[in-house]
Amino acid sequence: MSLAGHPSPPIFRQGPTPLVRLLVLVSVCLAMLVADLKFRYLEVVRQALSVATWPLQMAAAAPADLVRNAAVYFGTLVEVQKDNSALRGRELEAAQRLLRFDQLEEENRRLRGLLGMGASVAARSVAAEILYDAPDPFDRKVILNRGSQQGVEAGMAVVNEQGMIGQVTRVYPVQAEVTLLTDKDQAVPVQVARNGLRGVLAGAGQGRLELRFTLSGADVRVGDRLVTSGLDGLFLAGLPVADVVSVDRDAQTFAVIVCEPVAGVERTTQVLLLGRAEPPPPRPAPVPEPEPRKGRKG
Amino acid sequence: MQPTHRSSRILLPAKTWFAYLSLLVALALSYIPTGLTPGVPDWVALVLAFWSIREPLRVGMGAGFLFGVLVDIGHGAAMGQYALAYVVLCYLASAVSRRVLWFGPMQQALQMFPLLLLTQVIMVIVRVLAGAEFPGWWYFLSSLTSAALWVPLNYLLLLPQYQPVDRDDNRPI
Repeated sequence: MSLAGHPSPPIFRQGPTPLVRLLVLVSVCLAMLVADLKFRYLEVVRQALSVATWPLQMAAAAPADLVRNAAVYFGTLVEVQKDNSALRGRELEAAQRLLRFDQLEEENRRLRGLLGMGASVAARSVAAEILYDAPDPFDRKVILNRGSQQGVEAGMAVVNEQGMIGQVTRVYPVQAEVTLLTDKDQAVPVQVARNGLRGVLAGAGQGRLELRFTLSGADVRVGDRLVTSGLDGLFLAGLPVADVVSVDRDAQTFAVIVCEPVAGVERTTQVLLLGRAEPPPPRPAPVPEPEPRKGRKG
Repeated sequence: MQPTHRSSRILLPAKTWFAYLSLLVALALSYIPTGLTPGVPDWVALVLAFWSIREPLRVGMGAGFLFGVLVDIGHGAAMGQYALAYVVLCYLASAVSRRVLWFGPMQQALQMFPLLLLTQVIMVIVRVLAGAEFPGWWYFLSSLTSAALWVPLNYLLLLPQYQPVDRDDNRPI
C-alpha cells in the first residue's frame, strides 16, 4: 500500500520487504535447528530429501572414487605380494585360534545349557569400508560404503581388528554414517573388564574419551581395559573399547577418568559392523509401586 | 546491466535458468567428498553471493534457504545450519549490491571476504551453542579461498552475458 492509501501498481509489488523475509526465514531456520539438534524430529525429512540429492551426490563422489581406485590399480605387484604373504601368515595364526574358538563356543553352549541359561546373543555382521570423513567439521563422523540394502541398521557397533571405533547413526540406501567414539555426543555403555564395574563412556575431544558418572571411590585404575557391557540392547557384550589413561579423584563427587580408544579410531579403513541377530527382549513393564530393593550401584 | 557500474559496456540480461543451473553445479561441487581438508571453498555460498549481488530480484533469500537445506542434507550437518547462514549471506549481499557493483572484481573480492567469513562464524556459533566441538581456526581458511575465487568466478558466470546478440562490426556499443 502506498502512503496515499491506494494500492501500489503491480510493477512495484515485490512481496514483503527484504527485512521481513529475512526474519521469517531466519526463524524457520532456527526452528529447524532446534527440532533437529534437540528433538531429532527431522530425520524423516532428511531421508526423504536425501533421495532427491542422491544422484547429485553420486555424480560428485565419482571423481573421488576414480582417484581411490586408480591408486589401487597402480599399486605395484611387489606391494601386493608382500601384503599377500603377510596376510597368509596372519590367517594361519588366526586359523588355529579359530579352531580353538569353535571348540570353546561349543563347550560354552553346553555349559550354558547345563546351567539353564539362555544362549548368548548371536551376532550379525557386515564388512564395510570407510569411504571418507563426513564433511561436517563439527562432528567426528565417517561414511561407509554399505547401507540399508546390505543389511546395515542404525545402532550397529563398528569395530576394526583391535576394538570398537563407533556406532552407525544414520543409514542411507547404499551408504551409512558412523559416529566415531571420539565425538562429543557419542556415549557407549561399558564395564571395566577387570571387575565388571559399569559406566558410560563418552567422547571428550582431542581423540580422548571420558568415563562419566563414576564415583570418586570406584575401583578404576590406570591401565584398566573397558569393554562394552551390552546393557543397551544394541551392542554385543565384551567388545574392547578403551584403556584408562588417567584417574583424577580430587573432583567433587565423580572421578575424572580419561581414556584412550583401543582401536585407532581416526585412522582405519576396513571395518566390521556388528549387530544382534535378533532384537533384544522387551524391557519389563514398569512396576507401579516403588521398589526399595532396586540396586542403583555402579 | 554493465559488468560494473563504472563500465560503459552493456551486458545481455541474465537468464534465470542459468543462475539456477550454476547453483546446481555449485551444489554438486560441494558434494565432492573432500573430508576434513581445510580451505575447501564453499561453492554454494560463493555462487549465491554472486547472484544476490547481480540479480537480487531473481536469486535471493528463498534460493539461499533451499540450497542451504540441500547442503545440510548432503553434508550430514544439522538441518538449518547452512540454510541459516546462506539466508543471512543472501540478505547482506543483496543489501550491499548497489555499492559493491561500483568496484572492480578485485575490490569486490575484498568486500566479499567479510561476508563469507560471517557465514562461517554463524555456523560455528550455532553448532558450538548446540554443544559441538570448536573445529579449529583452520576452518576459517575456507572463506579466504572462496574470496580468492571471486575474480575467476565473476568472469565465468558473466560469460554468457558478454556474448553479442548478433555479430556486427558497426555496432556502437
